[in-house]
Amino acid sequence: MTDAPLIQANGLTRYYGAHIGCLDVDLEVHEGEVLAIVGESGSGKSTLLSLLSTQLPPTRGEVSYRTRDGVSRDLLSLPEAERRFLFRTDWGFVHQDARAGLRMGVSAGGNVGERLMAVGWRHYGRIRDEATDWLARVEIKAERIDDSPKTFSGGMRQRLQIAKNMVTRPRLVFMDEPTGGLDVSVQARLLDLIRGLVSDYGLAAIVVTHDLAVARLLSHRIMVMRNGRVIETGLTDQVLDDPQEAYTQLLVSSILQS
Amino acid sequence: MYVAVKGGEAAIEAAHKLLAKERRGDASVLELTTDQIREQLSLAVNRVMSEGSLYDPDLAALAIKQARGDLIEAIFLARAYRTTLPRFGYSEPANTSAMAIRRRISATYKDLPGGQVLGPTFDYTHRLLDPSLAGEGNFPAVEKTETGDAEVSPHVAALLNNEGLIEENLPQNPDADVSDLTRGALEFPADRDLRLQALARGDEGFLLALGYSTQLGFGRTHPFAGEIRMGEVEVSFVPEELGFEVPLGEVTLTECEMVTQFAGSADAAPQFTRGYGLVFGHSERKAMAMALVDRSLRTAEFGEDVVAPAQDAEFVLSHADNIQATGFVEHLKLPHYVDFQAELVLLRQLRAEWEAERGKTDGASPKEAAE
Amino acid sequence: MSSAPVYNFAYLDEQTKRMIRRAILKAIAVPGYQVPFASREMPMPYGWGTGGVQLTASILGAGDVLKVIDQGADDTTNAVSIRKFFEKTAGVETTSLTGDATIIQTRHRIPEEPLTADQILVYQVPIPEPLRFLEPRETETRQMHALQDYGLMHVKLYEDISRHGHIATTYAYPVKVEARYVMDPSPIPKFDNPKMDMCSALQLFGAGREQRIYALPPYTQVTSLDFEDHPFERTKFEKPCGLCGATGVYLDEIVTDDQGGRLFVCSDTDYCEGRRGHETDGGVL
Repeated sequence: MTDAPLIQANGLTRYYGAHIGCLDVDLEVHEGEVLAIVGESGSGKSTLLSLLSTQLPPTRGEVSYRTRDGVSRDLLSLPEAERRFLFRTDWGFVHQDARAGLRMGVSAGGNVGERLMAVGWRHYGRIRDEATDWLARVEIKAERIDDSPKTFSGGMRQRLQIAKNMVTRPRLVFMDEPTGGLDVSVQARLLDLIRGLVSDYGLAAIVVTHDLAVARLLSHRIMVMRNGRVIETGLTDQVLDDPQEAYTQLLVSSILQS
Repeated sequence: MYVAVKGGEAAIEAAHKLLAKERRGDASVLELTTDQIREQLSLAVNRVMSEGSLYDPDLAALAIKQARGDLIEAIFLARAYRTTLPRFGYSEPANTSAMAIRRRISATYKDLPGGQVLGPTFDYTHRLLDPSLAGEGNFPAVEKTETGDAEVSPHVAALLNNEGLIEENLPQNPDADVSDLTRGALEFPADRDLRLQALARGDEGFLLALGYSTQLGFGRTHPFAGEIRMGEVEVSFVPEELGFEVPLGEVTLTECEMVTQFAGSADAAPQFTRGYGLVFGHSERKAMAMALVDRSLRTAEFGEDVVAPAQDAEFVLSHADNIQATGFVEHLKLPHYVDFQAELVLLRQLRAEWEAERGKTDGASPKEAAE
Repeated sequence: MSSAPVYNFAYLDEQTKRMIRRAILKAIAVPGYQVPFASREMPMPYGWGTGGVQLTASILGAGDVLKVIDQGADDTTNAVSIRKFFEKTAGVETTSLTGDATIIQTRHRIPEEPLTADQILVYQVPIPEPLRFLEPRETETRQMHALQDYGLMHVKLYEDISRHGHIATTYAYPVKVEARYVMDPSPIPKFDNPKMDMCSALQLFGAGREQRIYALPPYTQVTSLDFEDHPFERTKFEKPCGLCGATGVYLDEIVTDDQGGRLFVCSDTDYCEGRRGHETDGGVL
């Protein structure tokens, strides 16, 4: 049963007018596996993430997801109710800009508790305990539970966003440049945290990043994109240590030089 | 001593009498006739007909008189009367190409078939108060000039269409009945016919501000006033029992077609697009603003991102109706004792809790005995 | 003028009444669901009870006895105005006695006297959408209702408790109807919420400007939203009514002087007068 991929895409294609967003992408991610999608801006990696998470309809191609009952379902024909249910239970989405993933007018506790309330939790004390617990796991002090994320630093907001996603124990988390725009030291701490959560909870993750260091630290496998196409894919260490494509070589060497 | 709030009925009656007296003003001044209003405040009459969606200059004039010149109040009177009228059906589409033109200008072509007709316009008047109007105004005699009324005046957009430079003007759903928001609830997404109806009834000031906002960058459309025409158009109706068109009469209409830009997509070559405005009577400002907003509301249709207020159909259509808006803003005058009481009770409780909390943290300070 | 306007019984034409009655039937069939309807332009402003007036006009028969209250009182100006409207256009009997009325149109209150199975309570609703201030888009709120996506509603209550230690909504307190739709009870004080639950009378809600009708059929389960460990609480008044001595009723606060003098009296004037034996002069008390 666990042999079947958690999420699978075939021939995923999206045009913006005459312009290619991404073209004929096939991929599989298994439970507990982290896939990094790397490329420069405009390479189509964010488009691909939106397609996989059904936030953008593809021009053609398909995506299927194995829900908790073990059945693989075609995501594009999934009823809206089930799609939303996936989004607030089985999936997480970590935005580069935490403001897109948090309710900035709602306290940290309310942010973390939202998903619990959405799935029917109706005991304030238990919701609060769970929120406190998750804040601790992302290294946010319990005394900040009633504070607005507006008063949080960039790194804290990102950790809060992760707690908000993790509280329903998702099996798959989409991350769009999760460390983008953060200081190097803050980045390192966040990457450690994500790495810990991935291994503790057996999370599968699809991480979009332009930063090969992030890909190396987090991912098992890597996909290199350019001009909307996947040009190289493989185990992260292999691809980064021994890139086959000229473009990947260029990408890797430019990182080494900088 | 508490005096119960009684006698609301008597108060209302007295208020109505006072209102009637105020409306009349100084009784030594001659009373306005509705004929005078219809003939001499014709643009006010036009606005009431337009936003009241009732083409009846006499009733509009009466409404203006009754409303003491408050045009939104007059529009309200027209609407409330209109809603009680029996409905026989929908007219045939008015053919504005066959308009008996009194004014027609294009900002895109210097000359064109049918010519430019300046007509009765404030444009190019110097806005200087004219003391001669304070008395019995003299007015110049108008000589009838040859305007070549036999000549056809094709729409500017049709000229562009001959070259395929502008989008075709096709109905969104050719087979669907025309939408009518006076007979159905406004629901979203709203098709263009419904949007245009809502805009035609919408508040001139609101549309003006929205149209203006698109010009200043909140959703630019690069508009040109392709054409503005005003004149009389025949309205006809097909009674079911007869099965053929019967003319009902003429209405004065102002029509505006804005020519706007579109960069094209994978499926469509770059071409001009259109924004459309049509209102009862002579009401250019409203027709132009409507055309700007119509085009803005088509943003999604062209695959552009909805980012500005004027592009957001739900925002625009939900707030364009001045009768709805004035009612809801002014309903704040109604008593809210009950809700306010509930808030008072809560506020006192919150303050007591806050004081208690502060008392706890200032534990050292001695508490007053009297509570 | 072409012709002097002639108006139909209860103002609305029969076609319109039928359309509204169809919407009412649908609303009764799906309790708590907001049914869109083609609200007509009424001769009173939007926001002043046009939804309630259209409902009343559509269900009113010549034999009905109508009571109209605003803030619990029969004599507030807008209540008088609406009652006059129906006296004029329908010629029906009107009353201020809750027990005598067959139809009660109300703004912001439910009478203290329990309603009976042969009565209909018509609410005037300014904003029918309980999710409106959490999500301004109609397209999205309709989706949320359809999918019972109500988590956000509880986030609001959660925030109240985390900030104040209790839920801080005092009127228009949202309810859940038959464990399905979250519904706005109109801006009645939350004190009145329990009266909606398993009520013997049919309850109709009309929002004219927003073009929505919804309903609670008799004996419908109506639960005020809360948390298990922070249950819904009715507003309590410390003192009884200063005029009739009633307790367990909703009170209006009357400012009697500028020295901090306050008098708390029944908001439901008919109830208060009934207890005092109907002093009909209604003058100085």
